[in-house]
Order: sequence, then C-alpha cells, then structure tokens
Amino acid sequence: MKILAFAEQREGKFKKTAYEVVTAAIELSNQLGAEVFALVIGKNVSGIASDIGGFGVNRVIAVDRDDLEYYSTTAYTKIVAEIASREKAEVLLFAASQMGKDLAPRVAIKLDAGLASDCTALKVENGNIVATRPIFAGKIISDVIIKSNIKVFTLRPNVFTAGSNNGQKAQVENVTINLSEGDFIARVVETKVGVGRPDVTEASIIVSGGRGMKAPENFKLIEELADVLGAGVGASRAAVDAGWRPHDEQVGQTGKTVSPNLYIACGISGAIQHLAGMSSSKCIVAINKDKDAPIFQIADYGIVGDALEILPELTKEIKMILGK
Amino acid sequence: MKIVTCVNHVPDTEAKIKIASDGKSVDTSGLNFILSPYDEIAVEQGLRLKEKFGGEVVAVSVGPDANKETLRKALAMGADKAVLIKTNNLCDSFVVAEALKNYLKEINPDIVLFGKQSIDYDNAQVPSLVAEMLNLPSVTTVVKMDFENNQIICEREIEGGHEKVVSQLPIIISVQKGLCEPRYPTLKGIMASKSKPIEEKNYNLPEHKVEIVALRLPPSKSAGKIVGTDVSAVKELVRLLHEEAKVI
Ligand SMILES: Cc1cc2nc3c(=O)[nH]c(=O)nc-3n(C[C@H](O)[C@H](O)[C@H](O)COP(=O)(O)OP(=O)(O)OC[C@H]3O[C@@H](n4cnc5c(N)ncnc54)[C@H](O)[C@@H]3O)c2cc1C
Ligand SMILES: Nc1ncnc2c1ncn2[C@@H]1O[C@H](COP(=O)(O)O)[C@@H](O)[C@H]1O
Repeated sequence: MKILAFAEQREGKFKKTAYEVVTAAIELSNQLGAEVFALVIGKNVSGIASDIGGFGVNRVIAVDRDDLEYYSTTAYTKIVAEIASREKAEVLLFAASQMGKDLAPRVAIKLDAGLASDCTALKVENGNIVATRPIFAGKIISDVIIKSNIKVFTLRPNVFTAGSNNGQKAQVENVTINLSEGDFIARVVETKVGVGRPDVTEASIIVSGGRGMKAPENFKLIEELADVLGAGVGASRAAVDAGWRPHDEQVGQTGKTVSPNLYIACGISGAIQHLAGMSSSKCIVAINKDKDAPIFQIADYGIVGDALEILPELTKEIKMILGK
Repeated sequence: MKIVTCVNHVPDTEAKIKIASDGKSVDTSGLNFILSPYDEIAVEQGLRLKEKFGGEVVAVSVGPDANKETLRKALAMGADKAVLIKTNNLCDSFVVAEALKNYLKEINPDIVLFGKQSIDYDNAQVPSLVAEMLNLPSVTTVVKMDFENNQIICEREIEGGHEKVVSQLPIIISVQKGLCEPRYPTLKGIMASKSKPIEEKNYNLPEHKVEIVALRLPPSKSAGKIVGTDVSAVKELVRLLHEEAKVI
C-alpha cells in the first residue's frame, strides 16, 4: 500500500503544514505497513523538494513547471490525481489549508475516493483508518471511516505535530504531466499576501481582542504584544462587525477555527460561537474585567482586570523574559 | 443570469447538540434550525447579481421536508423559486453533491453559489465535489466578486492574504464571510414567500462513502487559575506561561 503526502508550498517554500502532513503520513504508514511518498507541485520546486526528506520520507515526486507559479485548482487536481493513479496510492493526505480544502474534494471525485476533512487524529483499528473530526464547531467529536478503496484525508493545521528536521535529503523524481490551456480554466492571476504577522490558522500563538478593547485604535496594544511573540492577531465577531478589524481575523463558528499553542483573549466574553473556534487551543489566557465572563471557564490562566492597562505591562514583561 | 444558491438547514449556533442513543447520530429533537450562515451570504450574493444583471435566483436544498423551512427563508429574502431534492436520511457530502449535480445538469445555470461550509458537519466539501462532478471551474472561500468582459474576477482567501482568480462562466463559487452582508427578509418578502412554489425532485442516489462510527463529547475543560485582579498579576502570569505551560 502507498500513501501520498501532499507537501504544500507557496512561493518556493514548504508550509509548516507540509511537515505536519508528511509526519502524519509516516506514522500512519508504520501502523499500516505502507510506503510513503511526498508530492510537491509548483514553479522552481525541484530545488527544495529533497528537503522534505528531513521529516523521514525518502522519496518525493516533484512536478515543476513555469505555469504552476500560482496555485490552480484544476491543474493541481489533474496532477495529483494522475500521480496518485500511476503510483496506485490508496491513501492521500493533505493539510486542511485553503489549498488543501480546495483541492482534496476534486481529487477525491477524480479517484472515486471518499474524503474526511479537517481531521484532528488518524488511527488504525482492525486495518481501518479511523479519522477523528470535530463537528458542530467542536461541540461534538466524530469518528469516521471511509468505505471506498481510495481514501483522502485533510488534516487540521497545528494539530498534528511535525517531526524535527534531521537534515536528510529525499530522492527527488521529476515527473512531467501534460497540461493544456483547459486545465487552467480558472486562473490565479495574482496573490496578495500581507507581510508580517502570520494568519490565525497558521499561528502558534494568537492574541485576540473583542468588544472589551473599546475602540479600534486600542488594538495597537494587541498588535504590539503579537509582534513581540511572533503571533497572529485574532478578533471576536463583535470587533469585526464593528468594523474595528478585518473579517479574516474573526475567530469562531462563522470565522476561523484555530488551534494554537497559546491563545490570549482580551476583552472577549467567550460566547459559545467564539469558543467554538478556539476551544481546542492548547493553552488559553483570558483578560477580562468581568470575573463571571464565560471565557474564564475554559481559560487555563486568567486575569480579572482592564485589558487596556494589562496589555502594555504584559508586552513589557514578555519582552524582558524573551530578552528582546 | 441564471443563478442557483445551494442552502443547507442546520441547527442554530447556540444549539446544545445531543448524541442520540445509537451513539453515532445527533438527536435533533427540540433543536432550532436555521439557514446556514454562509449560505445566507450566498443567497444575498445571488440576489445582488440578479439585481445587477437580471435573471432568476433558484434556492436548492437537499434533505427531508424539514428543509422547506430554510427554502422559505431564502424565498423570503427574495429568491424567485425553491427546489427541494428529497432524501430521507442524513446524507454524506458525496450524496448531497450527487443530488445537486443531477439537478444542476437539468437546468444549466451560469453561476452556482454555495456557502464555504455548512455549520453542522463542517465539511467544506460539497462545492468542490459538485464542481468536479460537473467538470466546471470553481473558486472557494470568495470574499470579492466582479465581472468584466464576460469573465468573473474573484478574490479568494488564502492564509494571510488573497488570491485573485479569473474565470469563464459557468462557474461554481463558495462564499466566505466578508463578501456581503445578508439582508433581513422584509414583511412583504415573508408574505410573498408563502405563495411561492417549492418544487420537489427525487433522484436515485448512491451509497454513502463516509460513515460515522461514533460520536462523543469533547473532553471537558475545567476552569483554570485566576492569577490576579490587576496589573500586578502580569509578572506571575508570564512566569506561569514560561515555566509551567512552557508556551512562551
Ligand atoms: C450565527 C452567529 C454566528 C456567530 N459567529 C461568531 C464567531 O464566529 N466569532 C465570534 O467571536 N462571535 C460570533 N458570534 C457572536 C457571539 O455570539 C458574540 O456576540 C461575540 O462573540 C461577542 O464578542 P465579544 O466577546 O467581543 O463582545 P462582548 O460579548 O460584548 O464581550 C465583551 C467583553 O469584554 C469585557 N470587557 C469590557 N471592557 C473591558 C476591558 N476594558 N478590559 C477587559 N475586558 C473588558 C466584558 O466584560 C465582556 O466580557 C456569532 C453569533 C451568531 C448569532
Ligand atoms: N443538504 C444540502 N443541500 C443544499 N446545499 C448544501 C447541502 N449541504 C451542503 N450544501 C452546500 O454546500 C456548502 C458546503 O457545505 P459542506 O460541504 O457540507 O460543509 C454549504 O454551504 C451549502 O451551500
């Protein structure tokens, strides 16, 4: 049996989730007695491809073409499906990233495979892969199995731990796939990526603010703490709806689902829809004036107090401890 | 422009979800259902396209009779027509996609709008499954949409930024929050929705590909430590984060 680990890259750099996916593939292969190979697609990727070997995979297939500078749903679908068929891969793993979530369902249809998305664990029981996925925004946890021969899984970012890079190089096989104009029917013409802070879905620390921050300019305090920690900035829906923060920072049931190592909630009450998006964070800190705010029920550490006063101190203290 | 919006009927966001006695399904008794929030955005976008380009907006839902309530909501917002593709049981995404494919093939719309995700099973799969089944282009998690020279220009969300995508029609789109604010149905809209027809469709649908074997509650978390009640607690908090939790 073979497992295909889709190693996502953007702009010639592997995403952290690529390492998570490869590590998960290797763990699964140990339980199933399967072979693993990684697949990397893009422009000028042959060079970086072998680096994925550091995470324990010996073989990587690279599809390197100039016209793959940007992600293309249909072209990528064709490439992944063709490689999977040639290699007779029976299990395909992707990150549940914006790319993985866009790609995996289409690949599944091409391969007549079933798909379990946004999984938080995979285990093997009686030869079956049982995938764990939170549903109803994490209020319920489901265990699912895929009944088709070929099985596709997407893995929630930041949940599966990536192995540490041992510096080994993987064997790179450059593979050519015939693509025509029609394979680029929906064409990405430009990507605009903000520089600086990580996206909340990728950040290992998030500093988040809500209505208790009182005014948009006070988010400067959140940003300053975030920058000291290399963290992403999140927001409650109240802060987004007030126009204080952009939509893409919203955490919660109708925002992003996040699982950072540390989530610092400032002036956020902890409404059920907000908790839905962040309750799986590994460590939660709450700063809120109201000692009865529901956020304290899931926080590991809390300070009952004014976020506007506490944040500058917190930034100062953390700077000190980090030696910045 | 012939516009279809696919709408799902889901428990509201406040709902306390109970596991049924079989241990692998949800007990829906007593739950309040709503039009899934992202699908509301899809309906809104559909209505705006109609207002701009003319044509008609059809709302489609796959499921039991209960889904008619959600279709009525879409009609009350202003959709012209509603279609219920009938199924008895809870379907996996592949069955839902197959049902939608069958219907879409019959009517050949210019644009099909989906939510990015249903807020019940949180799959975020159906739009791309349908697109591949129909061999159509798709753009998911769209936050901006324009038209120029018979082409659609979308911005979709990616980590830390956006991707700008250009495509021909017909196309499958899934929408993300930020694209537009859904309108509230007017009283007139609600009245009118009562007399608009809901067409029913039946198709032979395949077996499920994905099966739930067990449901459980997430491990419950007990309230943590209140470190203090003013700025003087900051030092101790940072020490705990550094030494005890080891997260900074
Ligand atoms: C369909 C639906 C979907 C939703 N989806 C989401 C979602 O995805 N994400 C989301 O976040 N919400 C969502 N909500 C909204 C949610 O119900 C809450 O309204 C929202 O989370 C409240 O945001 P908040 O905590 O910032 O504001 P509030 O609830 O107003 O809380 C503000 C908090 O700040 C505290 N405070 C005030 N001043 C200070 C100060 N100086 N220092 C410290 N603390 C202070 C207060 O004690 C209070 O606890 C959704 C709601 C619905 C109906
Ligand atoms: N039963 C259904 N009937 C109609 N549309 C659906 C149904 N289930 C999902 N969809 C559509 O597909 C989108 C993504 O859903 P999902 O893949 O289930 O998370 C939803 O936002 C809806 O637009």
